[in-house]
Amino acid sequence: MSATKTVRSFFLIELIKGFALTFSYMFRKSVTINYPFEKGPISPRFRGEHALRRYPNGEERCIACKLCEAICPAQAITIEAEPREDGSRRTTRYDIDMTKCIYCGLCQEACPVDAIVEGPNFEYATETHEELLYDKERLLANGDRWESQIAATLEADKKYR
Amino acid sequence: MPKLTIDDIEVTVEPGTSIIQAAEQVGIEIPRFCYHDKLSVPANCRMCLVEVEKSPKPMASCALPCGDGMKVHTQSEKAKQARKNVMEMLLVNHPLDCPICDQGGECDLQDQAVAYGYDRSRYEEEKRAVTNKNLGPLVKTVMTRCIQCTRCVRFGEEIAGVEELGVIGRGEYLEIGTYVEQMVTSELSGNLIDVCPVGALTSKPYAFTARPWELRKTPGIDVLDAVGSNIRIDARGGEIMRILPRLHEDVNEEWISDKTRFAVDGLKSDRLDRCYVRRNGRLEPATWEEAFEAVKTEAKKRTFGAIVGDLADCESVVALKDLMESLGAKNLECRQDMAQIDPAHPAGYLFNTTIAGIEKADAILLVGTNPRTEAALVNARIRKTWLAKRIKVGVIGRKIDLNYPAQYLGAGPETLAELAEGKGAFAGVLANAKNPMIILGAGALRRADGYAVAALARKVAEKFNMVKDGWNGYNMLHTQASRVGALMLGFVAGDAASWQKVDALYLLGADEMPVENIKPDCFVVYQGHHGGKVAARADVILPGAAYTEKSGTYVNTEGRVQNGLQAVFPPGGAREDWQIIAGLAAVLGRKLPYETLPQVRARLAAVNPAFARVDEILPAKWTAFGKDGKCDAKPFGAAIENFYMTDAISRASKTMQACTDAFVKAEEEKAVAHG
Repeated sequence: MSATKTVRSFFLIELIKGFALTFSYMFRKSVTINYPFEKGPISPRFRGEHALRRYPNGEERCIACKLCEAICPAQAITIEAEPREDGSRRTTRYDIDMTKCIYCGLCQEACPVDAIVEGPNFEYATETHEELLYDKERLLANGDRWESQIAATLEADKKYR
Repeated sequence: MPKLTIDDIEVTVEPGTSIIQAAEQVGIEIPRFCYHDKLSVPANCRMCLVEVEKSPKPMASCALPCGDGMKVHTQSEKAKQARKNVMEMLLVNHPLDCPICDQGGECDLQDQAVAYGYDRSRYEEEKRAVTNKNLGPLVKTVMTRCIQCTRCVRFGEEIAGVEELGVIGRGEYLEIGTYVEQMVTSELSGNLIDVCPVGALTSKPYAFTARPWELRKTPGIDVLDAVGSNIRIDARGGEIMRILPRLHEDVNEEWISDKTRFAVDGLKSDRLDRCYVRRNGRLEPATWEEAFEAVKTEAKKRTFGAIVGDLADCESVVALKDLMESLGAKNLECRQDMAQIDPAHPAGYLFNTTIAGIEKADAILLVGTNPRTEAALVNARIRKTWLAKRIKVGVIGRKIDLNYPAQYLGAGPETLAELAEGKGAFAGVLANAKNPMIILGAGALRRADGYAVAALARKVAEKFNMVKDGWNGYNMLHTQASRVGALMLGFVAGDAASWQKVDALYLLGADEMPVENIKPDCFVVYQGHHGGKVAARADVILPGAAYTEKSGTYVNTEGRVQNGLQAVFPPGGAREDWQIIAGLAAVLGRKLPYETLPQVRARLAAVNPAFARVDEILPAKWTAFGKDGKCDAKPFGAAIENFYMTDAISRASKTMQACTDAFVKAEEEKAVAHG
């Protein structure tokens, strides 16, 4: 064993250097955030909780073309449709099983009218499985609640599509 | 025989074959919109352009007959470019509303635009819009989607025989319309939906309910008339979404009647899905065991008779026959309507000429029948033959509205008797015809002197040499799908005297049975799929399966044995019919000697070997059927009053109700208004 090494181990030099590094972080800017009070940035392409959007006049966008149902690789979407009173094509049932969904985003890619979207919300954990079986009403309510953010993310990502 | 090469493949074809047909023979697909192999060739869509060597311009392959030594290229640059340009022009005025279009997923324009078109549009001007037309309760129109292929117009003129759809205007203003904005009143109008290559004509009852990729397709046989149309049953989950035709050149070609296509929604309402037993005068829900026990208790002290209804499959008929015979029941009947048909003489109750054989006929005598309502596809064949050869058609019976010219001869048997003696207006036509035909309707035999009428018709057939080597011109046109099969199985026994002794009835879907004819103290077992007057009279109800819910064998009016497959399961506690009978037989201690479907089919073939020959026609031996006797002067009645409602399924159908309101009642009102 060399003399320098003996001195270093005797005076706990390594240990002091390590503590010094740790201590120095006390004076640097923190990288963690105080979730749920603070949240990190998310991309406009973030694929979170689903929502069904409406047109500005309040008319629902979905026209029951069933392309999302057809493309869904997890077969999480179930749609039933029939003519509405005014003769337009509308869904009578639009269910997403959020526990089947793999959040691939193919449904929003397939949608010709930007009705079904995966919004920025990721905080929808529930205590029961049943609460994650979304129906049309829930999805439309999501759309109403998140419309401003959804519209903003769609706008931000528009030029890359 | 011209010999030509298509894409370097040499092919020899019949003279007169068009290039598109020749290409089909060697497996080359040429895109097309206006060309349809059952319709005439207008060559107006230009989608089928191909390059023919030594021709300066691309040629429309549907209208160009094959010539000897022609060299055709379907995949050359010139041909591809021509098709791309045509597709671009077709899409100029087509709204790209595929997501809300019911044709989406099975649209010729969609598929061919992907396969043969440009991947983007250069058209930026305004598209035209066309007002939708009212084509009645069956066909929905979105005329903006129309590409003016005129298939529907040609279908109306050539197949359906209603010249109501037509082309109006020129160029940009060209539209398909109903001339006086009237509803298409053909009983084949549903085929317009299949004929239309785009989403301009779609099915109204099916509107927006399903996509083609969701549907499970099962080949079936139609039972709503006796033609035995080949159908495709499209189901999603446990629900039948629609019925489409399946190609069978000898039966229905590629058409089906509106009743066949649209009556399926009747399968969703008024269904029997559990057993019922009458206790203290009321029908109460029961389990299968309780229902079978109730029958067992009564079976010990009563004499059974059995009646088979119009929609029964042959498996259940043979099972019921075996059960009844083991119980010692001697009274079996499949002729609910009391038509006097002799089961001993197949030539007397079959459509001997065959439906495809109609095309060889050159004179047709219709006796007591309206083929338009009783068998719309037989009528379509007659019209097709008339269109090709202008054959003569004579009518005895009611004055009926046929879609080809027919000579009205008389109302009743006396006209037929006159003809049998070689007198009368039509005798000359029949005598000069090479292949004359007589078609006897069920309406003509549904009377007390039915056997005498049959004998008279036989005499007419013999007098005019209708039965000879290679040609049998005597035909009986049935209206019930189960009739010929049950007759072939001999489900006819017992005379009037022995029927008097019957105090228990087993009704296998006998919905047309007049309830008032059932004696008040008679014990009635009803097995069927729809509730109705007869089911309401029953003491025990056993819920059976409808034709889409069981694999069944049916024999059509020609004597053609056909099998349909099960598309969905029967609702609730209902079961397949022959299994119900087999189960009941086991409870009654008369176990039937078969447990599986192949075993029942083997039993069918054992009773009548014809059942082993699926989809074949076995010529029936000409025998002296009917009974000579005096005929009543009463005119022949009609077998069907309302085309749209003839059985339990179509009566329960909302679509058929809408058709009845739109077509039948409107006709009646018109008749009243015009005196």
